[in-house]
Amino acid sequence: MTLGFVMLVHTAFDRAEQVARYFADHDCPVAIHVDGKVPPRRFRAFRDRFANEPRIVFSARSRVEWGTWSIVKATQVGAERLLGAFPDLRHVFLASGSCLPLRPVGELVAYLDANPETDFIESVTTDHVAWTVDGLEAERFTLRFPFSWRRQRRLFDAYVKFQRRLGLKRRIPEGIVPHLGSQWWCLTRRTLDSILSAPDRRATDAYFSKVWIPDESYFQSLARRYSTTIESRSLTLSKFDIYGKPHVFYDDHLPLLQRSDCFVARKVWPRAEGLYRTFLDDTRPTVKRTEPNPGRIDRVFSKANKRRASGRAGLYSQARFPLSPQGSVLTCARYNVFCGLDDLYEEFDGWLDRQIGGCVHGHLYASERAEFAGGARIVAGCLSDSATLRDYRPTQFLTNLLWSTKGQRQTFFFGPSDKQEVSGLLVHDPNATLVVVSGAWTVPMFLSGQPIEALKLEAARLQRVELEFLRSFRLPGVAARIHHWPLADFVAQPVEKLQNVIDEINGAGPRRLTDLPKMRELGGFADFLLRLRNGGVQPKVIGDVALFPDFVKGGGDRRGG
Amino acid sequence: MNGTAALWAAYRLRWRRRFLLARSFARHARLLPRIDRTGFIRDGAILVFATVRNELARLPGFLTHHRDLGVDHFLIVDNASTDGATPFLADQSDVSLWSTDDGYRDARFGVDWLTCLQARYGHGHWCLTLDADELLIYAHHESRDLRALTDWLDLTGRPAMGALMLDLYPGGSLNAPGRSTDPLDHLTWFDAGNYVTTRHPDRRELRIQGGPRARAFFADDPRRAPTLSKVPLVRWNRRYAYIASTHALLPPRLNEVYATDGGETPTGALLHTKFLPDIGVRSAEELSRRQMRADPDLYDDYYEALCAGPTLWHPTSTRYEGWRQLEALGLMSRGGWE
Repeated sequence: MTLGFVMLVHTAFDRAEQVARYFADHDCPVAIHVDGKVPPRRFRAFRDRFANEPRIVFSARSRVEWGTWSIVKATQVGAERLLGAFPDLRHVFLASGSCLPLRPVGELVAYLDANPETDFIESVTTDHVAWTVDGLEAERFTLRFPFSWRRQRRLFDAYVKFQRRLGLKRRIPEGIVPHLGSQWWCLTRRTLDSILSAPDRRATDAYFSKVWIPDESYFQSLARRYSTTIESRSLTLSKFDIYGKPHVFYDDHLPLLQRSDCFVARKVWPRAEGLYRTFLDDTRPTVKRTEPNPGRIDRVFSKANKRRASGRAGLYSQARFPLSPQGSVLTCARYNVFCGLDDLYEEFDGWLDRQIGGCVHGHLYASERAEFAGGARIVAGCLSDSATLRDYRPTQFLTNLLWSTKGQRQTFFFGPSDKQEVSGLLVHDPNATLVVVSGAWTVPMFLSGQPIEALKLEAARLQRVELEFLRSFRLPGVAARIHHWPLADFVAQPVEKLQNVIDEINGAGPRRLTDLPKMRELGGFADFLLRLRNGGVQPKVIGDVALFPDFVKGGGDRRGG
Repeated sequence: MNGTAALWAAYRLRWRRRFLLARSFARHARLLPRIDRTGFIRDGAILVFATVRNELARLPGFLTHHRDLGVDHFLIVDNASTDGATPFLADQSDVSLWSTDDGYRDARFGVDWLTCLQARYGHGHWCLTLDADELLIYAHHESRDLRALTDWLDLTGRPAMGALMLDLYPGGSLNAPGRSTDPLDHLTWFDAGNYVTTRHPDRRELRIQGGPRARAFFADDPRRAPTLSKVPLVRWNRRYAYIASTHALLPPRLNEVYATDGGETPTGALLHTKFLPDIGVRSAEELSRRQMRADPDLYDDYYEALCAGPTLWHPTSTRYEGWRQLEALGLMSRGGWE
């Protein structure tokens, strides 16, 4: 008889009984502390079940509340009861009613026999802690916490703020170096005795009773004071979610738990019949054991925590609906938006497809319908090309498309004649690459050969729309990679600019562009622009008209007048 | 100013809730108890509330599916069924049955009837409010029952869980006869990625629309497309009230089943078995009965289209494979429940 258990119980009495009996049957005595909130009748009924079990004793009861000193108090009382009743014990293991041994307790006894002087208690200085909720690491020890975090959160937060503002600080008693760690430990009798019978225990207890979550710091700090050999890890496997609540183990975790080689797990769902049946059966086939190895479980639960805390970027669903998406990633994948280049070049989409691959759509926000690649009417995820469906929620149309085509880079064209509601998203989304040649919409007008009178209303409208779009590039919160050239600047040196854009999208490589798209015939274009200006539409987005090769100074005045 | 407006909205919604409760209690007398087995409901029992009308084809599967998930008792209002659903339900040992001949639409699509039953029998219980053509699934549902889920929702302080109603459809015409009696053998396809979401600022509910019905029948007026977001699983209190169907309820905090900080909460899916081969007959009946919509005239086109037995399937449809698939597609989430 070298190992005993202190067990804190507040619910699921049948399971607690099952586990306590298992320990007792294997020569490990148990001292049970039952929460004072449990009605006396219930408690007596529970206690009486162990009337003929000399290895199971009960400590005095007290009310226990999460995160408060009452848990430490209950642990102290339970430990004193256990040590008093069973003087032969060498190690004491702190467990709860929802703990379950994952390996036969005999193996745990043997493990401790091999490490007779070692205290197994996770005990880390506050500088090295990253798991705590609310960012209160060092301040746990220097502020006062009279309010319940669960029931009086506002008061709790307000009082913390108040103390910070006034710079109020408690003095940490001499001889105590704050350490934090899992609540569940296995200490040697010598260390535990030293803690419980320390001459200054009253002062120490008084101090820790105002520390926040003392059950994660009281024994963890004091063990440092008295222990000769500390293994700073818990023998109890327990995982916590992002709110500090323990994860629960179910029957389907059986293989995961079996492979962990940990000694004890918490917390187990009381109705996980398969886990209790398997792990409390010492006649199950033995396997070759190694040191506890919770790495795999850690990974699985960290992944779940990450999903809970930060979700999947670009997903909008009933699980995830970010209210202030500004400043965050708005879509799930990188994509490219080309504005104006299809007006300037012949068959630019085909060329682009050859250069960057992926999926090159037409104008997704064209007013008649979404021009999906290949003229498809419905694409991945059953997304329809209907303009009314798209315009009902224009930004979610794009987030849906990107979500359903993950893994295939999407590219589309956009311009001032398209529906503009999505432009805010494009500009604010770090996943977007915008390539804008402003004013290129004048090229098709020029090529149409229509008289200025017939074009100028539409030209004025498109220019207004494009100006609005360009203006948004300069507003705060712009996150897209934007390449913007006025048409005149672009036409003056197109190859280099195209090369840069393609390099950015594909990743820079040694490849130079050899296959170049064919620019539309622009002979007489400068003249057209001047006529447009003289017709009353001052070009503001095209750049310096003098950059066009066929510009003739004063030519426009002559003809347009 | 903003604060005042919010307070005013909250105040209005409080009175709205009281009105809804009063209205449904006033209709209590219109519900005739048929079989009352509510005496068997124990503390902590998980309850299903449902309104049915001529759903005999779906009821056996509906009851089995939710029994297997650990539902302890079904409280069902039978709205004048004529297909033998009434005696079938009365024979089930875990069903309590009420009946009424009142109009479904006048009873806010059955919500009035269920609200008074929920207040009386659901208080303190986890309650699942469903239609007979809905099958709830959630993360790990094959290995963990509803009690595991609700215990964990309790542990993490969540009073309700949302679910997306996922319209399932067959590979051919809706009217083509199925080979199997199990709806999930016949309805194996769904739309994976065309859902859009709007948030109601006062009631804090999410309204999700989209799916095959929006795409095939409401492309001209997407605003009217059916709402697919629901809050079917709630730890009930007698002061709660659903607003219309189970899309939203009051008080508004219960509608906040989603994360607004970029994270993901646990959500489920309601596999919607509406498009069994009887859809044509049912739609024809609805055209004359006019009980499913608040403004039925607007929906004549929709029901007429359904009568004709259209094909919703498209090469880009996705075949249903299970909850892990739906989670990967972003249609539901385990939300940290590992």
